[in-house]
Amino acid sequence: MATTVHEPPKIDSPRLPATSHSGNGGWRNMVPADGDPRVVQHYSPPASSTAIWVVLFAITMMFAAFTSALIVRKGASLDWRHFTLPSILYFNTVLLLASSLTLEVSRRRVATFMGGLRSQSESPTRWLYITLCLGLLFVAGQYIAWRQLSAQGLFLATNPSSSFFYVLTAAHVLHILGGLGGIVYVIRRLNQSVLRRSTLDATARYWHFMDVLWVYLLLLLWIKL
Amino acid sequence: MHDMSAHAVQHHQPTTFIRKHVFSLDHKVIGKQYYALALLAALIGMVLSWMMRIHLGWTNAAIPGLQLLSKNGAPGGVMTPEYYLQLMTMHGTIMVFFVLTTAPFAAFGNYFLPIQVGAEDMPFPHFNMMSFWVTFVGFWVLIAAFFVGDGPSLGGWTQYAPLSAVGPVAGPGEGMGVILWATSIALFCVGQLLGALNFIPTTLDLRAKGMSMMRLPLSAWGWFITSCMGLTAFAVLMPACILLILDHVAGTSFFVPSNLVINDQLQPHSGGSTLLWQHLFWFFGHPEVYIAIVPGMGIVSHVLIANMRKPMLSHRVLIYSMGALAVLSYMVYGHHMFVSGMNPFSSLAFSFPTLAITIPSTIIVLIWTFSLYGSKLRINSASLFALGFISMFVAGGVSGFFLAQPSIDIMLHATYFVVGHFHMVMGVAAMFGIFSGTYFWFPKMTGRMMNETLGTIHFVISFIGTYCIFMPFHYLGMAGNVRRYSAFVADYLQPLIPVHRFITVAALITGAGQLIFLYNLIHTRFWGAPATDNPWEGTSLEWSTPTTPPPHNNFGDHLPVVYHDPYQYGVKSSTGDYVMQASQEQVATVNEEK
Repeated sequence: MATTVHEPPKIDSPRLPATSHSGNGGWRNMVPADGDPRVVQHYSPPASSTAIWVVLFAITMMFAAFTSALIVRKGASLDWRHFTLPSILYFNTVLLLASSLTLEVSRRRVATFMGGLRSQSESPTRWLYITLCLGLLFVAGQYIAWRQLSAQGLFLATNPSSSFFYVLTAAHVLHILGGLGGIVYVIRRLNQSVLRRSTLDATARYWHFMDVLWVYLLLLLWIKL
Repeated sequence: MHDMSAHAVQHHQPTTFIRKHVFSLDHKVIGKQYYALALLAALIGMVLSWMMRIHLGWTNAAIPGLQLLSKNGAPGGVMTPEYYLQLMTMHGTIMVFFVLTTAPFAAFGNYFLPIQVGAEDMPFPHFNMMSFWVTFVGFWVLIAAFFVGDGPSLGGWTQYAPLSAVGPVAGPGEGMGVILWATSIALFCVGQLLGALNFIPTTLDLRAKGMSMMRLPLSAWGWFITSCMGLTAFAVLMPACILLILDHVAGTSFFVPSNLVINDQLQPHSGGSTLLWQHLFWFFGHPEVYIAIVPGMGIVSHVLIANMRKPMLSHRVLIYSMGALAVLSYMVYGHHMFVSGMNPFSSLAFSFPTLAITIPSTIIVLIWTFSLYGSKLRINSASLFALGFISMFVAGGVSGFFLAQPSIDIMLHATYFVVGHFHMVMGVAAMFGIFSGTYFWFPKMTGRMMNETLGTIHFVISFIGTYCIFMPFHYLGMAGNVRRYSAFVADYLQPLIPVHRFITVAALITGAGQLIFLYNLIHTRFWGAPATDNPWEGTSLEWSTPTTPPPHNNFGDHLPVVYHDPYQYGVKSSTGDYVMQASQEQVATVNEEK
């Protein structure tokens, strides 16, 4: 039987590893004080690897602001009404954690795939699609949680506790949707064989951060609501 | 020089008008768009201040045409007290956000940061374009409040709760006006966060070969530090605006307390915290002051060095001091809330860092002053405005010592003393930084020299005028003249009205002086004398571009390689008394700082 060997996608990777070489002005590898450019090599870390930390820092500050608002608002008055979190949130948590795992598998497969060590049948996009599905299921699960709460008569304006529940979960879901957009972008770039390794790494870092953020939010809501 | 292929080309030169001038990805075009937006905003803000000043001097005077803007707010052209507050809110918001943040940071930073670090563009041009257009939409959302319902909000640029959160019952503009205000500011935050997303990686990752962090010019350091501050501050203001909007449209009670009666109406909200808004707002609000001033510090240092023909006494200490300002700016915000009912111990805790922040500020001023001492400063419009910046920063900063102490602030809070303080130290000083940068970089941005005679006249009017306007504010404040009053009817305020009239006349003249700048800007843009590539004999990379204005990719076929510290003036080289950063010429570098 004839077999077709597909060419692995071309993936743009840095010419030198990021950790051990003098930089092209990049902050990780500063030019020596004497500034002799002859000793400077041609490598600059991809800007996306710095940018993703900028994004994550901004998101951290945003949720820190929401958290401090929750703590202050709870302490400001006696009208805080405690309620039990919808149990589907725990299921959603498992989904999101699983999506991080599948994304990590996919990320590693891309590296292997890049080296041409596996055939097309084990394309890493499959794991990316699984991650995408798990992410969408998480969003659907959050929607179900909102429906369950509203069925109990807890709406956005019912009580400050429910207000914060909706605001925090909605803000998180919006960021998750951004992450899903990132994964779709990665899949598209991979299919076009123009994916940069740094893009995948940045997307993965963002997605894992969404995971950590959700676990934090769940704990916060569980303790405070 | 090394080959351009070492860096991925970000985007190709656009060919259509829309992609070239409207939805451009080029950081230089985006910088100019930000500048134009800031210019328009400054004009609107200035006209608003004129109207307020005329009303404060001559309360019953009709301002021709004002009734067209608001029939109810200014019947017959005489503004109501509420409309005075609405104009004041718009003046403050427009000036702080769309002028003082937009021009020195977003406009000049966008244009010159990539060039000064030796890059061909920002790393994420699409985000950069979005940054401008989101800000642009935010601006018009704010302006739309003039034409919607009963006009813009009257809550001041700080929008203190609970009045900002209860809706129309609190007064004209407190319904839709506040919603538009909060939406506009939330959009502005998104725009600035997208800006920081580009500025930080540009500085850290896109520097040219040989450009170490300490070789960055001080202006680049100013923008970098400001982008770090903006990242932290705007990420907090945005959620605050979201919560404020929800209190309006969704009936939540984040900021409105229980049993609040306004205009004889019991408010349906319960249990909210009014101080929560102040905490969230001022956590952004105080760093915002430094977001407005630190780019100016960088620009002014950069301009002064080129005109002194020698570097600052210490490049590093200046950078560290600007960094210290940035860090400390987050620890002092509570000094805006000394009289809010906050725990007195909290006031003390905020008072100490407020006094401590004067240390890096003083170090910066001393470095400027002692570097200027004995230098043969080249006098031109840019250096004059740089000197004016220092003057305003010191004169306005000194009153900060008084306000930093809770016991004195109790008396001076919400008086014209505070208004004088922040207008000088943050408003006018930052404006002088913008002017200095404009006169200095205009030749590079347009290829034409601005008229120096008009520039000098502009400086003299602005410098004398702003002192005439804002120094009497301090006196008014100490005499007990509270701010935000639209008329001074109390007996003890009557003797102060002549001072207000003097200030009004000074404001009108100073404002008219700005029209000279506007004329100079527009006239020389089209008919000014052609500029050379390096008219000020500067050393940093913006003066090494192959053409003026720089080509689409800034440096043509080859990215520069940096061989020298940024300010190698006062040396003997083939070009004169300076050697450019990208020059391979070996000179005895008398200014090395280890």
